[in-house]
Amino acid sequence: MDPDTAQAEGPSANRQAATLELRNIVKRYPGSDEPAIADLSLEVAAGEICVLVGPSGCGKTTAMRLVNRMIEPTSGDILVNGASIIDRKPSELRREIGYAIQQIGLFPHQTIAENIATVPALLGWDKRRIAERVDELMDLIGLEKAMAKRYPGQLSGGQRQRVGVARALAADPPLMLMDEPFGAIDPINRERLQNEFLRLQGEIRKTIVFVTHDIDEAIKMGDRIAILRKGGVLAQYATPAELLMAPADEFVEDFVGADRALKRLALQRVRDIDLWEAPTVRVGDPVSEARARAAATPIGHALLVDEDNRPVSWLGDGDLIGERVVHHAGGLTKVELDDVLRDALADLLQGKVMYGVVTDHGGRVAGVLSVEVISGFLNHQVAGRIDQAPAPAERLA
Amino acid sequence: MSLPLTVASALSDFGDGLDFLVHQRDSVAGGVQVGGAKNLPLLSEHLKVVGLSMLFAILIAVPLGLYLGHTKRGQFVASSISNVGRSVPAIALVLFFSSYLGLELKNLVFAMTLLAIPPIFTNAYVGVRQVDEDVVDAARGMGLTGVQVVRRVELPLALPLVFGGIRTSVVNVIATATLGPYVGVLTLGDPIINTSVYGDDGRIGTAILVAALAVLAEVLFAAIQRAVTPAPLRPARQGLRGLRRGRPTLAQVADTPA
Repeated sequence: MDPDTAQAEGPSANRQAATLELRNIVKRYPGSDEPAIADLSLEVAAGEICVLVGPSGCGKTTAMRLVNRMIEPTSGDILVNGASIIDRKPSELRREIGYAIQQIGLFPHQTIAENIATVPALLGWDKRRIAERVDELMDLIGLEKAMAKRYPGQLSGGQRQRVGVARALAADPPLMLMDEPFGAIDPINRERLQNEFLRLQGEIRKTIVFVTHDIDEAIKMGDRIAILRKGGVLAQYATPAELLMAPADEFVEDFVGADRALKRLALQRVRDIDLWEAPTVRVGDPVSEARARAAATPIGHALLVDEDNRPVSWLGDGDLIGERVVHHAGGLTKVELDDVLRDALADLLQGKVMYGVVTDHGGRVAGVLSVEVISGFLNHQVAGRIDQAPAPAERLA
Repeated sequence: MSLPLTVASALSDFGDGLDFLVHQRDSVAGGVQVGGAKNLPLLSEHLKVVGLSMLFAILIAVPLGLYLGHTKRGQFVASSISNVGRSVPAIALVLFFSSYLGLELKNLVFAMTLLAIPPIFTNAYVGVRQVDEDVVDAARGMGLTGVQVVRRVELPLALPLVFGGIRTSVVNVIATATLGPYVGVLTLGDPIINTSVYGDDGRIGTAILVAALAVLAEVLFAAIQRAVTPAPLRPARQGLRGLRRGRPTLAQVADTPA
């Protein structure tokens, strides 16, 4: 790799991510009438996570394994960075493509360090470079250096999973294949690993083909999601928001689930939607002015803030008496600009309130979020805004 | 005869047998010297038969077992070899081939090789087949070639079982090489078979020696087996029960998915 073309960010982003294209792929197994994959075409942009999702038997794993020639297509072509892989020597091709599977498949007779060093060793890196790379990766996946001398059998499931990812990343491949890499982990650790991985992806920006059967994981991890139905037929290929807003057909709608409106709320943050302006008043403001402001919004209340514009209390009719606004202590429900809408809505419901005060990083008032605003967002979100949903790595707080 | 007398007489026979191993004496019919140092040529012939047949058996069975195990082919061949190996009596094998190959060392070595192959082959085959498929899949997916998969993954993980098979075979061959005299090869079996020459002392003495050799080989190969087991996969030491570990049963061979 030419170092001049290297991406600057991230400890591992020495290589440009690759583009991937599947062209009219057909895969038939002998003795079976139905093709496992019938004419699949798919393009993945550099640095994106493409999630292949679908019910079992839909050919998603088969499709992924075609990319590093673990399975040979019956017809069709696969291009990495625009060049066909069909004539490449499989073992050489595979060393350039990261590979992580659900069962991890760590070598039980080798240490963690030796496991991680597998591909660099195959590529003939010298010992010092390998040792440095192993150190770097142990750091990246958050394992102590002392762990490098242990054997896989001495690690927890989550730790093994991370080592599996580190091993796949070892030679800094421009393209990664991941087959349900978090599938065998309990839900709590899975969520943590997913978040960790998205944060990692924010740094390394690999092109990733990610297979899962879990639509929630797909929505969380994917820049784009390819939903496959039986026979490897592409039902829809779209961003998570598009998929939730406009499922292509009944199959996709069913697969995405009846709660797709709620799922959409997990894709957007409070800052992404139009908030109401807060009717703020300060201690000492004329009450008449405060009443006027309160009346000008559907809220019917004024919001008392301190000198730094931090929210203090809602002021209702009964509070707005006398000439000047006086100090009130009171509780109110606050949400942050960076909260995802789903969590914000949960906060409102939890507080049994219609309105939540939105604050920025400094705790200052940024606007008001109401249940009406959220429901309006769900009903009227225009197609033009769909693509503005942030990439998965940016969705993390 | 009362029980104490029986025990005493057995102990006395045992002692006479051991005496035969260390002291030379006239043969029963007289004329030839037997026992003591005269046992050494028998011992050396015996060890030669064991050494050669084990060498050939390992050279044939290990690569074949690794190859068929790696390619996941030969399920039928594997279980056939395993079954036949267990059901054909060694003496039939020895006598059958003597009619084709004549009465000499190569006949016995050939028969002993055939005898030694099944356990080694079966263990090598099962040893490779029992390697976690996901480990092999990950290895291939990362770009190891077929040969590299065998050398770096399948062989190290199968090695304990391979040596388990060798251990079984070597004990088998040490015991069975006593059939040598039937086909004209004078192994330690000679004093056991030709009592009219060597006497009862000779029979018991060499029987003890052969048994001791078998036990020694068992212990030696158990140690080797443990030494070649990758450290993280080594079971904690557990006495004699542990010695038998790593020997697949026929059921295991049959159960291995095709």
